[in-house]
Amino acid sequence: MKNLLWAIPLFPLAGFLINGLVYLLSHRTRGQAHGHGGGEGSDAHTAATAPDAGHASGHDPGHHEIPFKGLHTIVGVGSVAIACVLAFGAIFDVGLRAFSEGASHALTLWRWIPLGVNQSVGQIPGAAGEWFVDVTLRIDSLSALMLAFVTFVGFLIHVYSAGYMGHEEGYGRYFAYLNLFMFAMLVLVLGGNFLLLFVGWEGVGLCSYLLIGYYYEKTFAADAGKKAFVVNRIGDFGFILGIFGVFALFGSLDFQKVFAAAAANPAAYTPYMTVVCLLLFVGACGKSAQFPLYVWLPDAMAGPTPVSALIHAATMVTAGVYMIARCNVFFRLAPHAMIVVAVVGAFTALFAATIGVAQNDIKKVLAYSTVSQLGYMFLACGVGAFTEGMFHVTTHAFFKACLFLGAGSVIHAMGGEQDIRKMGGLASKVPKTYWTFLIATLTISGVPFLAAFFSKDAIKAAVFHAEFEGVPWLPRVLYAVALFTAGLTAFYMFRLLTLTFWGPFRGTKEQEAHLHESPPTMTVPLMVLAFLSIVSGYVGVPIIEHGDRIGEFLRPIRLPIAGMPERVHHASLSLELALMAAAVAVASIGIYLAWSWYHRGEGRTPARLAEQWPGVYRAVTNKYFVDEAYDRIFVQGLALGGGRFLWEVDATVVDLIPNGAAALTKGASWAASLFDQYVVDGLVNGVANVLQALFRLFRRAQTGRVQNYALVMGGGLFCLVAVYLLFR
Amino acid sequence: MTDGALLTGTAGWLFVVFAGLALVSAIAVVVARNPVHSALYLLLAFVLVACIFILQQAEFVGAVQMLVYAGGIMVLFLFVVMLVNPGVAHAGKAFQKQFDVALVLLPVFLLPFLYILGTEKMADVPVRPDAFRMVGTHVAGNTEAVSWVLFRDYLVPFEVASVFLLVAMIGAVVLGRRSLEKMD
Amino acid sequence: MTITINHYLIVSFLLFSIGFLGVLVRRNFLTILMSIELMLNAVNLNLIAFSRRLSDLTGQVFSVFVITIAAGEAAIGLALTISYFRQRKTLDVEEAHTMRG
Repeated sequence: MKNLLWAIPLFPLAGFLINGLVYLLSHRTRGQAHGHGGGEGSDAHTAATAPDAGHASGHDPGHHEIPFKGLHTIVGVGSVAIACVLAFGAIFDVGLRAFSEGASHALTLWRWIPLGVNQSVGQIPGAAGEWFVDVTLRIDSLSALMLAFVTFVGFLIHVYSAGYMGHEEGYGRYFAYLNLFMFAMLVLVLGGNFLLLFVGWEGVGLCSYLLIGYYYEKTFAADAGKKAFVVNRIGDFGFILGIFGVFALFGSLDFQKVFAAAAANPAAYTPYMTVVCLLLFVGACGKSAQFPLYVWLPDAMAGPTPVSALIHAATMVTAGVYMIARCNVFFRLAPHAMIVVAVVGAFTALFAATIGVAQNDIKKVLAYSTVSQLGYMFLACGVGAFTEGMFHVTTHAFFKACLFLGAGSVIHAMGGEQDIRKMGGLASKVPKTYWTFLIATLTISGVPFLAAFFSKDAIKAAVFHAEFEGVPWLPRVLYAVALFTAGLTAFYMFRLLTLTFWGPFRGTKEQEAHLHESPPTMTVPLMVLAFLSIVSGYVGVPIIEHGDRIGEFLRPIRLPIAGMPERVHHASLSLELALMAAAVAVASIGIYLAWSWYHRGEGRTPARLAEQWPGVYRAVTNKYFVDEAYDRIFVQGLALGGGRFLWEVDATVVDLIPNGAAALTKGASWAASLFDQYVVDGLVNGVANVLQALFRLFRRAQTGRVQNYALVMGGGLFCLVAVYLLFR
Repeated sequence: MTDGALLTGTAGWLFVVFAGLALVSAIAVVVARNPVHSALYLLLAFVLVACIFILQQAEFVGAVQMLVYAGGIMVLFLFVVMLVNPGVAHAGKAFQKQFDVALVLLPVFLLPFLYILGTEKMADVPVRPDAFRMVGTHVAGNTEAVSWVLFRDYLVPFEVASVFLLVAMIGAVVLGRRSLEKMD
Repeated sequence: MTITINHYLIVSFLLFSIGFLGVLVRRNFLTILMSIELMLNAVNLNLIAFSRRLSDLTGQVFSVFVITIAAGEAAIGLALTISYFRQRKTLDVEEAHTMRG
């Protein structure tokens, strides 16, 4: 089975092709597909919320049947199901134990880029300067882990989508794109070298764009898709530069070769690692929505809710963490880069959490929660706790998907409404949704013995025990941030829960009448995910001997680096317990405050606080105006301003030559005319004027009076005589 | 330029008197405002010059001077002066603007004259007292002497002069008439 | 008193100068003509003086011619004067500047 690795991405690809083709052919005669109008869902929202654009009431009586719905469903869900089965088959074929001992199975499919032999490229000793890139699929413990939950959660969400998108005109298109996404994600996970990883990376970016902009007729949906793609691209740019760096350093892009070389000879590569790692991290920031490249994620909520669940919670956004975990050898050689990663992760976690507190759209709260949790994962990687980070990735996939799907269920029940201020008291109306949502909320809040408790705690412990060269105070600060953020997380999640499910219903009468539980195709995945949210933590139990199964499972990823001994910190039991207690305490405070303010107090206190500090409230509600700042600086300034500037350059500098020549000609002719006017005419006129002056002078002698002439003659005579006498 | 006395003794003094008076009347001619006065002074000057001529034993010329100048030309002048309304002629300024300039010219002219006077040497020819009476070797009278020279050596100029006088007379008549219509 | 040629020369020169001055200075046309006669007289004086000195009658003959010419010239000049006066009603030569350039 492990030799069928190629089949794993293949089935979703086939699903994409079939669904896509069928959809295109079936919709040719009808013209473009149009999603539902926004319905009652969109008008009541503030500008800050971009609702799930199309999902109105699912029971539009006037709507006709979707062609080939059954085909689309079977192909779409089935392909992922098969992929999931194949994935688990391959995993168990290699064997869990084998994985934890470092086994990896590679499957080279074909030589992709044969560039020949070059002695000068690369510094890997003994690599003989081969220059090629193969299509190699590799499965090792890290990719096995990703493979497992990506396919499984993907499958669940496909099932859910069949119910959720059941009345969408673009049903086939949806499943085609979703399958394409699965294909790209699987390529990303299974890729054995940087280039293949990047192919998958780009692929998921593309699908993200396609699926966010699924309701392409809504302007904000299309814009959100573009925004996601563009911001992602910025990250991809850094990522590509990082890949170039890797290739330049090692002469190869194959993971096994590259990491082995780096681990064996760290001194040769350490000087370059910081730059390479920072570049790779930029890519991760883009894909995993860290500050400052996070802005696309909240807007991505314009896509259908299952898309948000799959792509923007469970899988795609975790690709960045996966990549960093994969490159842990590099990062461990670049402590400065790790500091950057940790700080950015911590900051993002806190930053997003503060925004999430004041959001009123159910999906937006979850989106910021995702950004915040991703920050946690990066924080973990930054302190060297790569396995703990991956642990949290796994648990997060389950509970976040559960939360999003639950939100989708709520929206479905509310007929498209997403504003939690209009909800309330849904607990009794949609009990399955409520209970699963509650479990997931408890998990994310860090309630003990649920999954995220373990993963978050593992991260916090790692942060607490971390050591940074040069800034010994940093881990404590980061820990404080992480702890506080955990409290915020608990708070805003319970705020969400309270406002959505508890208390009196605040919606309209029509909505109230419409409330109903979702069909099983939606609730069953919810329950599965809720279950997983509870149990998935037990693979990482601390303290207990062999409790950290996942840590052991992932250990081989962390290659031992020559000359760098592994720091093993044996924290005392009491310290561990103290840290746990702190986490629990913080979570409890958060939960209590949320319950107190929003349930018991019915929001009076937060309203009062908002009044007291309107500036703070405005800043937080408006996401700190980051989007507005980006628009000003980059869109208006760089892009449009740059375009205008270049136009000016063209008009003045480039056109300088013809314009300059024209001006020069004009100037020359003006000078010539001046010359003609003043010099030439001047001479002529000057001569005439001089002569005229002389004439005027002489004319005075012509008095017309004979006596004057006689006088002059007398004078002349005298002169003659004098001359004669003098020169006789 | 000395030697050769021309007049001595009493004649000399007479010359001085005549010359002085002539100069004074000449100045009066130029200075007088009334042209009639100028004419009379001119007459006086002519007479005095004739006297000087006679002193020099140039009686013929003196007589001619008297007859023609004093008797003919001056009368003519006086006639014309009277013809032209003396009142009109008398009004206005008498002297030109360039009076000052001209006055300066006089001493300026004097200089070369004095220079010549001082440097030139006269030809060493003795003065023959009876030169103006000799016709050949025969002592006749001034008039005869002059006529001998005139009609023998200078006949052609004499004829030309007479033609000139004729022309002048005709010209004067022509120029003097009023207009063509008034001729009858 | 011994009179030499110099005296005669001085006298004739002065007479001539006075006459010339009169020509240049007077505004009345007739007076100018009279001054011209003065000049001619001075010339005559000069001629006679030299004639005496050189004991040559040529000077006297010349003097006669001068007188003749003077008469003719005076006649014509006066005729012109009359004609001019009839035309211009004035004898002020200052007014006679139509040939001014």
